[in-house]
Amino acid sequence: MYKLLVVDDSSIIRRKIERCCDVKRFNIVGLAQNGIEALTLFQTHSPHVVTMDLTMPQMGGIDCVAAMIRENKDVRILVVSALADVETGIQALELGARGFLCKPFSDAELKNALNELVEGQSV
Amino acid sequence: MSESAIKVFVDGATNYFLHSSDEDVKIGAPYLLENTSPLAFDYTGIIGVTGPQRGTVYFTAPRILLKHLLMSLGENDTSNANILDLVGEVANTISGNARAEFGHEFMISVPVMLEGPPGNIHLPESLRSYVIPIYWKAYSAAVVVCMEL
Repeated sequence: MYKLLVVDDSSIIRRKIERCCDVKRFNIVGLAQNGIEALTLFQTHSPHVVTMDLTMPQMGGIDCVAAMIRENKDVRILVVSALADVETGIQALELGARGFLCKPFSDAELKNALNELVEGQSV
Repeated sequence: MSESAIKVFVDGATNYFLHSSDEDVKIGAPYLLENTSPLAFDYTGIIGVTGPQRGTVYFTAPRILLKHLLMSLGENDTSNANILDLVGEVANTISGNARAEFGHEFMISVPVMLEGPPGNIHLPESLRSYVIPIYWKAYSAAVVVCMEL
């Protein structure tokens, strides 16, 4: 069972990700609405997997990805963002994220992305 | 704004509704509107844009459309808080997707969500806005783009 932390400033997106998760595979240990909350939950729960929005108040996702990777380089981070340019995707991957899913996404796209992430494939 | 630039936002709106619902969305012909009378429905999600393009992109819709869109997304809670969240998320998604065309320098803010009449929205009166009408189910909404290019 993988511990999952969901980070997004939209409660609708947080709940959508919650609903989409395969409960036999993922245990959601926290829901954060910005990078600062996310880091606190990350340090408390040591999740294996994180879904990370980028455009958030107080602390954005790029800074949060960098901070999480510094704490645990093995964490598998799936960036889930509306920012659809190639450079943003490259930036996130170079910081250590393992995948990028562009909003809007279907339930199936998210499930596949999470499953591929934990199976060690690039997303 | 060029036709190709407007199309970026047309495609963004179409893409959002296609991913969020089984019902077809229709996009009306974009038109110019003076900023002295900004268009707004019941709820509005506003994104500030900086970089080579500066301005505002917003998504505005009536409560009834947003309520049905929430339900299409699997949400049973159609409270004010959730409706405001949704209108901001739609604006954020359409604006963020525009980066695929405008590039990494197209910097977008976190959304600001408003409830209420058009008087709550203030745009530069020296500019005009492009209104992109959206028709979904029996309801109307709009994406409004006001940018210096």
